[in-house]
Amino acid sequence: MPKRTDIQSVLVIGSGPIVIGQAAEFDYSGTQACRVLKSEGLRVILVNSNPATIMTDPEIADATYVEPITPEFVEKIIAKERPDALLPTLGGQTALNTAISLHENGVLDKHGVELIGANVEAIHKGEDRDQFKEVVEEVRKKIGHGESARSYICHSMDDVLKGVEELGGYPVVVRPSFTMGGAGSGFAHDEEELRRIAGTGLTLSPTTEVLLEESILGWKEYELELMRDKHDNVVVVCSIENFDPMGVHTGDSITVAPAMTLTDREYQILRDIGIAVIREVGVDTGGCNIQFAVNPEDGRVIVIEMNPRVSRSSALASKATGFPIAKIAAKLAVGYTLDEIPNDITQETPASFEPTLDYVVVKAPRFAFEKFPSADSTLTTTMKSVGEAMAIGRNFTEAFQKALRSLEKKGSQFTFVGETGDKDELLREAVRPTDGRINTVMQAIRAGATPEEVFEYTKIDPWFVDQLFLIKEIADELAEAPELTADLLAEAKRHGFSDTQIGEIRGLREDVVREVRHALGIRPVYKTVDTCAAEFAARTPYFYSSYDEETEVAPREKAAVIILGSGPNRIGQGIEFDYSCVHASFALSDAGYETVMVNCNPETVSTDYDTSDRLYFEPLTLEDVLEIVHAEQQAGPVAGVVVQLGGQTPLGLSQALKDNGVPIVGTSPEAIHAAEDRGAFGRVLKEAGLPAPKHGTATTFAEAKAIADEIGYPVLVRPSYVLGGRGMEIVYDETRLEAYIAESTEISPSRPVLVDRFLDDAIEIDVDALYDGEELYLGGVMEHIEEAGIHSGDSACALPPITLGGFDIKRLRASTEGIAKGVGVRGLINIQFALAGDILYVLEANPRASRTVPFTSKATAVPLAKAAARISLGATIAELRAEGLLPANGDGGELPLDAPISVKEAVMPWSRFRDIHGRGVDTVLGPEMRSTGEVMGIDSVFGTAYAKSQAGAYGPLPTKGRAFISVANRDKRSMIFPARELVAHGFELMATSGTAEVLKRNGINATVVRKQSEGTGPNGEKTIVQLIHDGEVDLIVNTPYGTGGRLDGYDIRTAAVARSVPCLTTVQALAAAVQGIDALNRGDVSVRSLQEHAEHLTAARD
Amino acid sequence: MTTSTRGAAKTPAVLVLEDGRIFRGRAYGAVGETFGEAVFSTGMTGYQETLTDPSYHRQVVVMTAPHVGNTGVNDEDPESKRIWVSGYVVRDPARVPSNWRSRRSLDEELAAQGVVGISGIDTRALTRHLRERGAMRVGIFSGDAVQDDGALLARVQEAPQMKGADLSAEVATTEPYVVPAIGEKKFTVAAVDLGIKGMTPHRMAERGIEVHVLPATATVDDVYAVNPDGVFFSNGPGDPATADHPVSVMQGVLERGTPLFGICFGNQILGRALGFGTYKLKYGHRGINQPVQDRTTGKVEVTAHNHGFAVDAPLDKVSETPFGRAEVSHVCLNDNVVEGLRLLDRPAFSVQYHPEAAAGPHDAAYLFDRFVKLMEGQRA
Repeated sequence: MPKRTDIQSVLVIGSGPIVIGQAAEFDYSGTQACRVLKSEGLRVILVNSNPATIMTDPEIADATYVEPITPEFVEKIIAKERPDALLPTLGGQTALNTAISLHENGVLDKHGVELIGANVEAIHKGEDRDQFKEVVEEVRKKIGHGESARSYICHSMDDVLKGVEELGGYPVVVRPSFTMGGAGSGFAHDEEELRRIAGTGLTLSPTTEVLLEESILGWKEYELELMRDKHDNVVVVCSIENFDPMGVHTGDSITVAPAMTLTDREYQILRDIGIAVIREVGVDTGGCNIQFAVNPEDGRVIVIEMNPRVSRSSALASKATGFPIAKIAAKLAVGYTLDEIPNDITQETPASFEPTLDYVVVKAPRFAFEKFPSADSTLTTTMKSVGEAMAIGRNFTEAFQKALRSLEKKGSQFTFVGETGDKDELLREAVRPTDGRINTVMQAIRAGATPEEVFEYTKIDPWFVDQLFLIKEIADELAEAPELTADLLAEAKRHGFSDTQIGEIRGLREDVVREVRHALGIRPVYKTVDTCAAEFAARTPYFYSSYDEETEVAPREKAAVIILGSGPNRIGQGIEFDYSCVHASFALSDAGYETVMVNCNPETVSTDYDTSDRLYFEPLTLEDVLEIVHAEQQAGPVAGVVVQLGGQTPLGLSQALKDNGVPIVGTSPEAIHAAEDRGAFGRVLKEAGLPAPKHGTATTFAEAKAIADEIGYPVLVRPSYVLGGRGMEIVYDETRLEAYIAESTEISPSRPVLVDRFLDDAIEIDVDALYDGEELYLGGVMEHIEEAGIHSGDSACALPPITLGGFDIKRLRASTEGIAKGVGVRGLINIQFALAGDILYVLEANPRASRTVPFTSKATAVPLAKAAARISLGATIAELRAEGLLPANGDGGELPLDAPISVKEAVMPWSRFRDIHGRGVDTVLGPEMRSTGEVMGIDSVFGTAYAKSQAGAYGPLPTKGRAFISVANRDKRSMIFPARELVAHGFELMATSGTAEVLKRNGINATVVRKQSEGTGPNGEKTIVQLIHDGEVDLIVNTPYGTGGRLDGYDIRTAAVARSVPCLTTVQALAAAVQGIDALNRGDVSVRSLQEHAEHLTAARD
Repeated sequence: MTTSTRGAAKTPAVLVLEDGRIFRGRAYGAVGETFGEAVFSTGMTGYQETLTDPSYHRQVVVMTAPHVGNTGVNDEDPESKRIWVSGYVVRDPARVPSNWRSRRSLDEELAAQGVVGISGIDTRALTRHLRERGAMRVGIFSGDAVQDDGALLARVQEAPQMKGADLSAEVATTEPYVVPAIGEKKFTVAAVDLGIKGMTPHRMAERGIEVHVLPATATVDDVYAVNPDGVFFSNGPGDPATADHPVSVMQGVLERGTPLFGICFGNQILGRALGFGTYKLKYGHRGINQPVQDRTTGKVEVTAHNHGFAVDAPLDKVSETPFGRAEVSHVCLNDNVVEGLRLLDRPAFSVQYHPEAAAGPHDAAYLFDRFVKLMEGQRA
């Protein structure tokens, strides 16, 4: 039965900004789905507030709304577009929750929109803990297998305390209902922990509901990915086994596909339960993910949960098997059955089968605890990782070691040299799951731990433990062998040892190991991910390396361009770079090249086998990339390697690649050095006659003090060679400077501290530009809303710049051109400027695609990354203008006056982290980037665009109610006018005594509220923190008082996060918010698709 | 000093295909030599069931899943009393088994039963070779059996072919035995053992059937001696073209109109009994992920397969046979191979795949219910 004919248009809801637990995987899924629906001839309407996605590219959907994903805005879109159907299962929990709201408030009925992909009843059955328990119970009655953990549902703290008694005491698991990525859940070992976790959970849950559960810590954990069509055909796409036993969120676990330690009997029980669950829940045109815990003692199976939608795990399963779950889910949603859908990879066989793997897939999480030093790094049932790497090998050890090196983080690979430390201490340390526990376990093994001990302390399955011993034994053999023989080297490579690891063990340089290896003829071969273990011929070149016998890379005629991706998502290097890589692939394919993508991030569009002509799912290390280049050079001509689009990861490889004879296209490694090296860049600026803030480098406190004394406080200090502002701090006085130097462990003569004058009160400006050696194309100029000193990735910004005039743009253009020319850019460059007084300072330049490229491209309707890729391979800007890829005339620096205003806002992960005492982490912005994602608000005026950006990032700005204001002394002047505006809009102001006094003197009335430090008043007057917790505050303005002594502000800001009250931490944000509130109160907020904006812009340009 | 125990597993072994392709690895299981037909199996679980499936008699099984032996060997999962494969090819055998039911390691079990295997070879390259060139004869040699390549190749080329091999009698029981019904006994079935797997009578017993398992040499009289409500023909090894005796017995059953069910080899016997031909597939279906469509309902089931031969019957029409009209009831969606036959005028059907599913998914278990329905219908 083919596709339904009664649906002509579909609204797809994306997942919004990248946050922990909901990341790039939904761009991958959503992009697939939109393309499928479009190719089926349906009109696709998309809403997603995240500009850094491929799915929001104007060619992916017919009408693309970069608007907040809230029921209010989606209703406006529905009213305007009148879609026949709404597909909510591809945008994570955000889309599902929005769809449910629209169903419940009657909007869908009113406009005659049918929910497809999952019905409301199924969503509730799958997501509501109570209902899901009934589902599991029904399944048990029918097939005799599967049960729920014994549990107790609570709606109040009294329920919670009673629940613990019912379950027979501690420890218990607390799980709030309807939160994303397990937010707010955790283990409680005693009443204090219970009160804290359950208290937060009750607050976080939209239904004020938490579940207490018996502890199944240490059990084996599995996941199945299933799909079901309307004819009740069900397939299990993939089984996944968690290396880390129960207790660690699956997103934070090392996971392995397929399951490694189940007999067929046990696997079939899980499969039977899974099928019975998907039937019972009623997902009948789509996919779901089901998690199981298995008792290692007796095989008792507990069904933990199911997600009736596409998920992070389904993206992983798609990449792990070659079975595109989201694509097929979209087809099922519009009426196809599994047997009617061909398997893309074989093209001959249908999708109604179960992939079988002849390789092993390992996923490893990437964390960012270094960004949140006060956060508790213990892994729990709340997901904390910000990204992941996946690796494929022909055995577990190969895949596992590849995954660890794919994480691209110091210390992530096993090391076998140096002191191990005390065995017992290491084992005790390994009990607590953390980022890097696996390395502790390996150290314990090196220190003499037995397999039994490792199991006893970690509960990691003995088969996996043995694999760790296998790795360690090979390391021993490498260390002890009199010489590095071909057999030994081949054996080590077969178990995933990198040249670097082997070199470390043998005391050799990496390149020496490589030379020896090549001389002995030991090179990897490339195998295909084909869904069927080679039973049928594969048509899709999706490769992974292995030290095996036979390679499957086919010869080709066309010249290939190899694009290096950006690796696992991390703070500072996320989906934005994947966006640019994908664009390069599309543009170069159109230009007649064979495109070859290299990446190891399973969440992304770049690792979709549909994106490039060839995909290598490989780590982005020098060794791995050199081998791929070699393999491709054997297959046919290679035009070059693109390194400037995947962020710092490929950029860091460029010089070494060039040194190894690899052709780098675009900006040369020397030019990259000229921009990245302080001295060289200083010379570029000097030659171009451009000022930079005064600065110096120091390796001791005395040196740092001398520099600071000369240039004056505040100073911006940071270690050299860092990314995303890691370790960067604004220092206001000598005492703090001394402490900073003392705390920094990485300072050495070769790694000095950089001390820059900090430009207080400057306006920060970001510029993205293209340069071809002759002509400059100014892509866009972004004016930051927060002042300089807040990392550009965490700062909101507006494009076109809202307060800069023609003269400023002219200066920016000239400076950008001077730098691009001086550095020698061929492609993209991003420059950060600070406008202080009337001087335009150059802060830094990055000769690569920046985080803002997708935002700039969408705001100006010009595909900058595509143009950059073409320029890299020799096209000129003039040619691209003639071709139509760039506008015929003008550029992003001279947008028409009525061009729409786009605002980018960063999204912060505060609510995910707690310190070891369970308190929230502070939310103040600083020079170190900590945001995980961004949203875009676009409208004809700034106020509305800003209001949309806030609604997209944090929830709508309040239009009335109570605003609490407490600002630092330096901000008190600038606060007065916005405060008056708030009163004019009907807000009731509350303030701490100091701020209230200033307001009063300026004729603005504000109620004085008690500080947290003052405690509850004699007549029970609540402190501000209590008021926030009680939901009596609608807007918070709280700017931090320098450093230290900020306890009050800290409590206020963490309370704001817990209650999701908008909290503005700069006066600039307050001014912008007031404009937004003004726009909202005027009630003229409408929605407009990117295609409409582009049409308008193009018309204005001509 | 090293604590490594890895040295023990380093005995060289060599795998030689009849077309001259050679793979070198390490001995696994018993050391020595073995010959058979090289086939690959794509199941990721269920190696114990595979090894003990009599249909693999005289075959050297290549596991496409790289890790084999992870869950060790238990006493509950074997499908017969011994390992039947003639040789075993894996990439990465487990060093340590891990499962609460495990009794011993697979390596030990293979060695104890004298099964010669090889590990550490590029099993994917071998699989692709077999896919492109078809199943073929193979030899595995380790220890003292290793000679120069030419001599080994000559020995492989002397080994018997699978085509034309009559093997049922070699694997089937020699004495009849009874598998009692679980719970209340509702029916009696005579099951002709052509290489039956343990799970098959168990699936029937679960449905109240008392199963009389008869040797492959059983005659029509032997079958009816147990007063059966239904007759079953099992799976088994070898070329169905040689199975003249079971074909004639089945024809006897069809003539009497007793409800009849066949699995795998039993399906091929039914095909022949109805006058269809059988043929050897290039490389067969061996795995637990094969999509089969039940053409009466249109539903797709994911099924366990182990067959190198198939029935040649028309997919697009009902055929006239000596026993009335017959149709192809099931097809494999991967390649349109006949996966099931059904008589329209008599109570008889068969499938080429394994609804008893050991190893494999349980999607096709309904076929045993269909058999029960046929027997109920006959009684009514």
